[in-house]
Amino acid sequence: MRYAEKGFNLEVDLTRGSIERVATDPRETELYLGGLGTNAKILWDRVPPEVEAFSPDNLLIFAAGLLCGTPAPGCNRTIVSTISPQTKLMAFSMMGGFWAPELKFAGYDKVIFRGKSPNLVYLWIDNDKVEIRDASHLQGKGAIETAELIRQELNEARAQVAAIGLAGENRVYFASIEQGHSSASRGGIGAVMGDKGLKAIAVRGTGDINIARPDEFIELCNEVLEYIKVREEKPIPGVMPILARLGSPQEMQIHDEKWHTESFMWGNSRHRRKDFWNEEIEKQWTKTMEKARKRLISCYNCSLKCAATLSIPGLKTYMMKCFSKLTYTMAAMSDLDFGLKIAQRATEYGVDAFSTPQVMAFALELYENGILTADDMPGLPASNEERFYWLLDRIVRREGIGNVLANGTYWAAKEIGKGAEEYAHNNIKKQEQLPLKLSMLNPIYFLMYATGEKINITQIEGQFPQMPFPTREEREDFVKDWFQVPDEKFKQYFLDWELRGEKSFPYYPTVQMCCDIVDWQEKMHYIDDALGMCAGLSSFPLKPPYHIHNYPKFISAGAGIEMDEAKLSQAAKRYRTLVRAVNTRRGMRRKDDKPPEDHWKKRFPELEKELLDTYYKFKGWNKEGIPTKESLHELGLDYVSKDFIQRGILTDKEDTPSKEASSEPEKQ
Amino acid sequence: MEEAVPVMAEKKKKIVKIIKVDLDKCNGCRACEVACSAFHSSPKYSSNNPARSRIRVIHDPLRDVYVPIRAGDYTPAECTGRHTYSINGKEYDECSFCGVSCPSRDIFKEPDSNLPLKCDMCESDPPLAEPMCVQWCLADALTYEEREEEVEEEEEKREEMEIGLESIADKYGLQKIMDAVARMSLSKKGPKT
Repeated sequence: MRYAEKGFNLEVDLTRGSIERVATDPRETELYLGGLGTNAKILWDRVPPEVEAFSPDNLLIFAAGLLCGTPAPGCNRTIVSTISPQTKLMAFSMMGGFWAPELKFAGYDKVIFRGKSPNLVYLWIDNDKVEIRDASHLQGKGAIETAELIRQELNEARAQVAAIGLAGENRVYFASIEQGHSSASRGGIGAVMGDKGLKAIAVRGTGDINIARPDEFIELCNEVLEYIKVREEKPIPGVMPILARLGSPQEMQIHDEKWHTESFMWGNSRHRRKDFWNEEIEKQWTKTMEKARKRLISCYNCSLKCAATLSIPGLKTYMMKCFSKLTYTMAAMSDLDFGLKIAQRATEYGVDAFSTPQVMAFALELYENGILTADDMPGLPASNEERFYWLLDRIVRREGIGNVLANGTYWAAKEIGKGAEEYAHNNIKKQEQLPLKLSMLNPIYFLMYATGEKINITQIEGQFPQMPFPTREEREDFVKDWFQVPDEKFKQYFLDWELRGEKSFPYYPTVQMCCDIVDWQEKMHYIDDALGMCAGLSSFPLKPPYHIHNYPKFISAGAGIEMDEAKLSQAAKRYRTLVRAVNTRRGMRRKDDKPPEDHWKKRFPELEKELLDTYYKFKGWNKEGIPTKESLHELGLDYVSKDFIQRGILTDKEDTPSKEASSEPEKQ
Repeated sequence: MEEAVPVMAEKKKKIVKIIKVDLDKCNGCRACEVACSAFHSSPKYSSNNPARSRIRVIHDPLRDVYVPIRAGDYTPAECTGRHTYSINGKEYDECSFCGVSCPSRDIFKEPDSNLPLKCDMCESDPPLAEPMCVQWCLADALTYEEREEEVEEEEEKREEMEIGLESIADKYGLQKIMDAVARMSLSKKGPKT
């Protein structure tokens, strides 16, 4: 019997309209765990670098993590993996909600789509009965609206639906996949879904998930619940409110937005407003949020209330979580009322709330600077806020200038020319980032920004405090009950870390310490993404209930795979390296591993070089950031080095690259 | 203190178990369903499946309806008509508050056999401090209470047959019934060989 996982994937060929139920190899689970890990393996095996995002040969994989559907609290993530049209690299955006456990209960670990449907369709998975259904009547419908209509026509209120809106249908490079209050937004995976002619996937399951060692497993779950209670009663002192507690940043509950509004940039990631926040604004924004907010809500089997249902008079009810609260507000230099209203429309269209506001602010900056003209923007309204709605409508329909902007700032700037590239200034690997522009180089964040292949800082940071605490006393207090550290040395790193002086940025933590810290942070995210655990209970917050010490027990007792910390770390390293291998084969090199040029004012090129060199070595990569033959061998990934050598990415003798990127369309 | 003379039957103390539901606190996470189905699997916690849960969250996020209900009795019949309740401006179907396992919906039935499910307050040996759904509801939408109630022993529910038998004894006398029962059991067994 298979435990925790079901041992079956659905393979759907949308060109032929065929559906197969395929048994999976349990040995793959042991090596790559599940979720992101096994997704990476499938993409490596079946999607060669010549296959572009919008090719019928590109795969779109919806995976439930290994422990999804077990009673492990907060384990509910769907990991969607494909090739991104925007970055041309592997995209692995994820979503919480209710979809992944339902897929498990229906009897499957993954749904793998290939091909393209000639007409818009949706997939209906009702336990053993799986069918491709016509979706022509859903064309142009909003993502949330679509989910409602599908539940009605199936007469199944408990079906969980993941759907795209108009943006996905029109292959907008930052289109999302929406599911209730959750969405898989990054990397344009909604565009791939639209390209495949797939409007939605509805799933309903009533089967069991089996647990290998039940008493042990439920005890582990109970310990997690107890620790959640402890952490909720005792927020961490000395850090900003959104980092003091568990969950994703509690944006729907916390009204104090001083930190976001004064530390993050406004407009096209340009303007810092250091004295923005005041009592009057706090009063007004609190009122706006409290009036709109109907209820704080959660994902499957999680007590944290990270999301909210929002109802604004005259608009359809929708749901939101996290920093989407402020991205539109800040890009438009407006207020929360505007931000919540336009987010409703954007959610139905199905677009990424990080990229979209920046693309629009970028366009308006080009307009103000004469690079885009009135001819490019016929009918552009006079008011700033109306302009954002105007642009949003055109982008998701790919109308006029919207057709250019729909490819994101990097590709739009290339197409527009006339110096527009200078304005697409906040990208990593061609993708828009959180609007942050800071002063002093942070060596830890430098490495995370440069090498994180989820290309989103929130998906690699966590666990280690972002800043040193001012006094030694506070630091000692913090490390007292910090049992989550993989090694005691991390406590010392933190204890010695000062705001100023010798032991401060950029030379402390030392290069080696930075490598340790970043590796720990990244590893926990990768484990979460294979198990389907929410980062909000694990890799993102300080002192989380899931950590490297209890994860092996969860996997052993839940899935029946004998696991210890070393074996788990090795598995995480294996599929993390495989993700890099997929991207290496797609042309990603050292030159791509860099934060936006203007992210920090004070840069230290020599230190940065040393950081990258040392970290690459630490990870088992060569100077170009390519996994070496030796390290691949250690991880049991000889098939990767064989392929690298065949393609001339590695040479047989030494680990030096002999050829430049193969799929890079033009030099940067 | 003067002793009270029992006028009727003796009073007896009984524990009434109550799960209180606060609809405003429900966050719709369905942890109650997870915990319930895991507890009632056999062996305990060996599997989990919300479709087997004896508590279900009726929820409709866009209309802000969140109602955890426990499985109650079984009925072979559908309701002939239903109420719609309007509470604080929200509309609830009568089914939202009804725990009956009935033909009009698929909840509170074993998904394989279709047999009805009923909440047993997690009766077990040793007993749990609180039913599992309450323990796992960190949102505190579900809370547990035990209330001692004094009930007259006579009022304890008797079998339907016993009630009927008593009415016959009233009419014919107990002796006649006992004779009849003896004859009946003899004829059922047949003559001794």
